[in-house]
Amino acid sequence: MSTPTDRAWVATRKGLFELRLAGEHWRIERVSFLADPVTMLLPPRPDGRMLAALNLGHFGVKVHASDDAGASWREVATPTFPEQPQGAGGPAWKLVQIWSLEAAGASVWAGTIPGGLFRSADFGASWQLVDSLWQRPERLEWFGGGYDAPGIHSICPHPGRADELAIGISCGGAWVTRDGGASWTVQSQGMRADFMPPEQAGNPNIQDPHRIVRCAGRPEVLWCQHHCGIWRSTDNAASWQELKAPLSSFGFAVAVHPADADTAWFVPAVKDEKRVPVDAAMSVTRTRDGGRSFETLRSGLPQQHCYDLVYRHGLDVAADGSRLLMGSTTGNLWSSLDGGTTWRPVSVHLPPIYAVRFG
Amino acid sequence: MPRIAFTPQLRRFTDTPEFTSGATRLRVLLDEAFERNPVLRGYVLDDQGHLRPNVVIFVDGRRVADRIALDEPLAAGSTVHVLQALSGG
Repeated sequence: MSTPTDRAWVATRKGLFELRLAGEHWRIERVSFLADPVTMLLPPRPDGRMLAALNLGHFGVKVHASDDAGASWREVATPTFPEQPQGAGGPAWKLVQIWSLEAAGASVWAGTIPGGLFRSADFGASWQLVDSLWQRPERLEWFGGGYDAPGIHSICPHPGRADELAIGISCGGAWVTRDGGASWTVQSQGMRADFMPPEQAGNPNIQDPHRIVRCAGRPEVLWCQHHCGIWRSTDNAASWQELKAPLSSFGFAVAVHPADADTAWFVPAVKDEKRVPVDAAMSVTRTRDGGRSFETLRSGLPQQHCYDLVYRHGLDVAADGSRLLMGSTTGNLWSSLDGGTTWRPVSVHLPPIYAVRFG
Repeated sequence: MPRIAFTPQLRRFTDTPEFTSGATRLRVLLDEAFERNPVLRGYVLDDQGHLRPNVVIFVDGRRVADRIALDEPLAAGSTVHVLQALSGG
């Protein structure tokens, strides 16, 4: 069963919003967890099972599961770090946030701040820390990007190989497993961190990929919006090549067309100490030729006094490759039905948006 | 016998047992509460069993300073309040 393209989910600081497309207009169908921060969600599987990750602030991170595509919810297990050994380096072994959720085969993977990857074989009833990654000595070199502690924000399953995942870490580079998480290699060769001293700029283990996405139809192609620019890999993360966008190569989000690996979208911003749209005018950058050229798309987006920032998970493309949604920290949500050429507002009154996902 | 009570804010998420106990240490009393509702533990304590940064515990009106061991002695008539700190927005 293919992923629905007429349903979408918006995770916000004040709840989870379900959207339905009616004609050319998205409308809010349901609100779950009103007033609670929802940091990530896993859209419904064909059988209706889905997950939502909450961060209650005072009372910590929680995971809720639904068996009926979000109509009802129940709390399930929260990923929990084991007892921290005396003298262990790095950040405290305490869950700060669930930053990514992906399903692959019978597994659900959860990427977290402070950099732990968890796996569930029972759809959230229990979670196991992926110790093979957590115990890597290189982890102690990772550092926070966006948050105080490092975090795993991107999980890219390989659609044809159940045991293969690529993950993105701010700031810890890109890592790949090809044996179901038993072993890992850092694979950010080619990325460059100009926020580091020259001796460290090329270190694959300290890169800050803000977001990494994989083309479902050509899984050897991955796109990365990095802190220092845009990179693409066409050899399954063995190497990465930098690409230059015209307006700004800084941003957080990236989406790749599910079938056409040469088509990707970005949301440019003024790097990196300002983090607002260039000239206070909202735009989306699109390439359709693998990054040789980029278009700056503005139709339907505010062009004056716009200060919206789109976070890592605030941009998504549907399985049809033409419907997009983009949500900002200001609570604006925009839709495109033509591959990003034109946009229209869905809502200008939502809470700050953390994640947008079709499905 | 010591008595424990939780902030009503927690009831929105999970059951908060209120009971009296023969416990003579705070940690023992908390563990008894978590036995009655295991889900409650993760709302009050973090992964390492430490008090969450924005949760506070008072024993007989006095704020418990130690957030790690929570090994405060309790008197026979002690009242323990587990509350949320007024932080965040």
